[in-house]
Amino acid sequence: MALFRTEGGSSTQLLDAELAGLDQLDMALPPKPSRLARIWAGAWPKLLAVGLALLIWQVVVWTHWRPEYVLPSPWTVFDTLFSDFGDIMDAARTTLERGVYGFALAVVIGTVLGGLVARNRVLRTALGSMITGLQTMPSIAWFPLAILLFKLTDGAILFVVVLGAAPSIANGLISGIDHIPPITLRAGRVLGARGVTAFRHIILPAALPSFVAGLKQGWAFAWRSLLAGELLVQIPGTFSLGQRLQLERELADSAGVISVMIVILVIGILIDAFVFGVAERAIRRRYGLIDSATTA
Amino acid sequence: MTARASAHARYEEPAPVPPRSGAGSSAAISLHGVTKVYGHVGNAVPALDRVSLDVASGEFVCLLGASGCGKSTLLNLVAGLDQPTGGTVAVNGGRTTLMFQEAALFPWLTVRGNVDLALKLRKVSRPHRRETVGALLDMVHLTGFEKKLPHELSGGMRQRVQLARALAQQAEVLLMDEPFGSLDAMTRDLLHDELERVWRDTGLTVLFVTHNVREAVRLGDRVVLLSSRPGRVVAEFPVQIDRPRRIESHEVADQAAEITGRLREEVRRHGAVPD
Repeated sequence: MALFRTEGGSSTQLLDAELAGLDQLDMALPPKPSRLARIWAGAWPKLLAVGLALLIWQVVVWTHWRPEYVLPSPWTVFDTLFSDFGDIMDAARTTLERGVYGFALAVVIGTVLGGLVARNRVLRTALGSMITGLQTMPSIAWFPLAILLFKLTDGAILFVVVLGAAPSIANGLISGIDHIPPITLRAGRVLGARGVTAFRHIILPAALPSFVAGLKQGWAFAWRSLLAGELLVQIPGTFSLGQRLQLERELADSAGVISVMIVILVIGILIDAFVFGVAERAIRRRYGLIDSATTA
Repeated sequence: MTARASAHARYEEPAPVPPRSGAGSSAAISLHGVTKVYGHVGNAVPALDRVSLDVASGEFVCLLGASGCGKSTLLNLVAGLDQPTGGTVAVNGGRTTLMFQEAALFPWLTVRGNVDLALKLRKVSRPHRRETVGALLDMVHLTGFEKKLPHELSGGMRQRVQLARALAQQAEVLLMDEPFGSLDAMTRDLLHDELERVWRDTGLTVLFVTHNVREAVRLGDRVVLLSSRPGRVVAEFPVQIDRPRRIESHEVADQAAEITGRLREEVRRHGAVPD
């Protein structure tokens, strides 16, 4: 026992060494696959799927199920897409500007609404289920009223975009705040975080993963509402993707219709994957919600 | 002080180390007839029943009990996170801080960020914070891990970050809610040594909740045994084994055996079929 009673230097040094040793053992992680390997692992199934879809399309065209001028082959469509590319991009710019503007407005409204509803019992009882109800309302059903309220203007489109996106954003924040582990809130209180300080330093960051998921879903709703709006609300003097789609249909130009559709689809996918998808994954990884060693 | 403190005869030899045995010096924590009832009339659940306990300044007291003894409730009351239904809770030893069993670090902040937030919330200036965080992480042997995120650390390292964060509050009373409950035995042993050293160096008053009897004897100046449903103080055991102690030593094992016997007696009462 005398050995264990030695106070001071030597026993402290032993403890230091033991802790350091255990820490190093705990930190040794398996090597990660290289960045290139991970990108390729994520990319080839997608490329294969696109290739397969194009092949099926081509096969359907070969069967002459519909005449070529109604259902053109992929190559005819890509040819049209390349020759009209400049015009389509101009239209896409108009549409994207509306999308970004409407979405930004929805983020502000959705965040304020979500924050209030999550923290206030009365507001929650009053508005909680209404927000979810709004989400189930097809945005296209708002357009008749929007056109009456705002006439054929950008305002009518923005109105519907905001109504489409804001509930998802608010719900993302509400569920994020609802699902904060109680121990996180207690730890915050122990550290002396109260009121606004607690909201800024504890509650908002803790709710961030769910909030970003809400933003992602909100963008999907905004993009859909936007294109529906552009088909219905034809504003003279502007040229958007929706208007171009409608025009090509009136000209009975199938290749033109499909080429605009491809652009709409690709923009939607790119923003979802490279803006929201990347942000979501980065946050989930930081928060330790996914294992960085196993996910591509 | 409750009058039920049991004198026990096994360790007769005079112990030179702890002059900290509670009653004499000024009490840092003072609970008097504390009762806590959850729920409303009709289906009220009593968690604590007339608990009286004094913890002297600088004393290390372990609260021991089976499930449902209201250990965590008691800590919440002392930390001021909850109010007692009856009785008084007084903390005279300055600020309190609470350390949890697990997952209480903020996952969005690095090791440095977690400790730094405790200082930021106390409005400590930035240059001073930098220096203090470095010193605290050095104290718990985590220099070099400042930029790691909580999920990248082992359980033992996370608990040391929690300890550093608690120390950053410059509290004089440290409340610990089964802080090593989910760690493997090896890591727990090392953290016992680490905690004992930090306690010795800082002179903190510690109230440490556990259900591990050996851990309680390994660490405490005094072990307070609580009954379950509702929690009451049933016995107190001064621990007069010289420090530094080893959890595998005979002295610790012997006293733990004695306390375990008493704890089992308590648990048996709940198994007895009422007439």
